[in-house]
Amino acid sequence: MPAAPSPAAALAERRARARAALPPPVERVGALRWMRDNLFSSLANTLLTLLTVAALALVVPPILMWAFVGSVWYPPDPEVCRAATGACWAVIVEKHRVMFFGLYPYAEHWRPFLAVILYVVAVALTCWRRCWSWQVLVPLWAASLAAIVVLMLGGIFGLTVIDTGQWGGVPLTMVVFTATVTLGLPLGVVLALGRRSEMPVIRLLSVLFIEFIRAVPLVTILFCAAVVFPLFLPPGWNVDKMVRVLIGMGIFYGCYFAEVIRGGLQAIPRGQYEAAASLGLSYWRTTRKIILPQALRIVIPGLMNHIISAFKNSTLVIIVGLFDLLNATGAAVADPLWIRYYTEGYLFVAAVYFVGAFALSKYSQQLERWLAEGRRY
Amino acid sequence: MGEAAARAAGPGHETMIELVEVNKWFGDFHVLKDINLTVRRGERVVVCGPSGSGKSTMIRCINRLESHQRGRILVDGIELTDNLKNIEAVRSEVGMVFQSFNLFPHLRVIDNLTLAPIWVRRMPKKEAEDLAMVYLERVRIPEQAYKYPGQLSGGQQQRVAIARALCMRPKIMLFDEPTSALDPEMIKEVLDVMVELAEEGMTMMVVTHEMGFAKTVAHKMVFMDAAEIVEEAPTHDFFAAPRSERTKLFLSQVLSH
Ligand SMILES: Nc1ncnc2c1ncn2[C@@H]1O[C@H](COP(=O)(O)OP(=O)(O)OP(=O)(O)O)[C@@H](O)[C@H]1O
Ligand SMILES: [Mg+2]
Repeated sequence: MPAAPSPAAALAERRARARAALPPPVERVGALRWMRDNLFSSLANTLLTLLTVAALALVVPPILMWAFVGSVWYPPDPEVCRAATGACWAVIVEKHRVMFFGLYPYAEHWRPFLAVILYVVAVALTCWRRCWSWQVLVPLWAASLAAIVVLMLGGIFGLTVIDTGQWGGVPLTMVVFTATVTLGLPLGVVLALGRRSEMPVIRLLSVLFIEFIRAVPLVTILFCAAVVFPLFLPPGWNVDKMVRVLIGMGIFYGCYFAEVIRGGLQAIPRGQYEAAASLGLSYWRTTRKIILPQALRIVIPGLMNHIISAFKNSTLVIIVGLFDLLNATGAAVADPLWIRYYTEGYLFVAAVYFVGAFALSKYSQQLERWLAEGRRY
Repeated sequence: MGEAAARAAGPGHETMIELVEVNKWFGDFHVLKDINLTVRRGERVVVCGPSGSGKSTMIRCINRLESHQRGRILVDGIELTDNLKNIEAVRSEVGMVFQSFNLFPHLRVIDNLTLAPIWVRRMPKKEAEDLAMVYLERVRIPEQAYKYPGQLSGGQQQRVAIARALCMRPKIMLFDEPTSALDPEMIKEVLDVMVELAEEGMTMMVVTHEMGFAKTVAHKMVFMDAAEIVEEAPTHDFFAAPRSERTKLFLSQVLSH
């Protein structure tokens, strides 16, 4: 301000600034107040609360007793378990190698172990926002995938060859899940765009493909990929069974992804296409830069639904005789010595699956939050 | 608004937009009937008329957001047909501003502006950003460059939309009711930008009900009703002595408030 402001103006300005700087009111809610509002707000609510507490009191302590107090972790000896009153977690100690790595030769377990570590690191880096650029992600995944394949398959650097039929456990689940998603998502995008194409032939083909694949159970598709598909190959040709199954999974989930993504495409207002067209952007450029980024953001929850389902359904590769985490566990606890303790084995796998699925779910929420930053509309 | 200055640069002789006997139907509905119109370089045309008369449809035919079924449309000598090359050539020379802004909500303001120069004009990123800042200065919101459209007011968004179109350095600007979605206090800031653009000699075609703006800037008025151009006249004559009864009625309605 050039001249000294009049006292009245200065006062008004100070007041305005003070008003603007007023902090939002803090709402402190004590524990008692919270309980009264949420648990005992009415007679029915109070009754329900009491009933729930009673039920929990009945069920939870025995479970805790079984899991922790009377349980055996060590030594891994079925006789000790037999004498114990609680859970026999020793079955995990005894069988974890088979659960985690399936039929993979015992002496070579360090290879899939390293592969899983590499994979987890690559995924963690990919999830991290700082790494979101092609210059980082493309080399990262090219290197990790190459290393994982070399480790698992062998054949060079003096590593013995391990056929994909012998892969199993966590690495197999990881391979199947990753392949399903990385094949399925691009396919889903292409099919969704195809179904909305202005070219009738492309639209028709997309619709037929999606509707046909969706109408068939996943098990049937995997079976076809494993058994029927080779019959159509010219003699002497052979595509690895695992690869066929992965493609089957990718196609199946691609069709589900496609329908979710189509929902997102339909939510994009016509004005977005028109604005892009009026700037001279081509169809592909518009799709890539304007439409897909918005559509995919909208459908993250729907996509994650199917991605988690793909994670769990990776276990269906048992159809073609591949033992993923769940089936390897099933095989491990089928050992007559330990068969009484299969519950513990399955509970443990359930926990492993839960960790994976929960992480996916949490990450998708975080992703939504990140992508919504700086927006309000 | 500098009325004298705005008028000083009269239109040239070169034809920029030419519509000859243009007809269009939506299904059975005849939405454009025998439209004939010529816009010369530097000329500013304001199109008005009652709702549903086909103003938007006509202006959208000029950059082929709608296709016409009969007649010819030439933009800077290029005829609009199904030929994609021609359509792209025309679109990169014609900027358009919409009633509902149509900014890309997932991109920051600066990225909204640089997208087309980078991908259509193949401009290096740095150069495109410098250009974007020049136009953001021009529409007086350089400080909003790194915000998302959703964080801006309607008037600011519309000015961003104008800057976005200008970044393609168009020869012609089309406006379809650019201020109809705005609160009164924001209308002026958008109109001011448009007046400045006019003063620089831009060829403009504007659909609007802002008659004050039309009187200030337009060389020529076009009045449409029921799919036809009912009257086309120099601005002064149009307001001082409208020939058709329909025009008189329309003007009495829009000028009364
Ligand atoms: N895509 C479409 N399909 C069918 N009819 C349409 C379509 N677009 C517009 N119309 C119809 O064509 C007529 C002219 O529409 P247009 O949008 O050109 O009018 P307008 O003069 O711009 O009106 P307004 O002042 O309300 O914007 C209207 O009756 C409208 O309902
Ligand atoms: Mg309109």
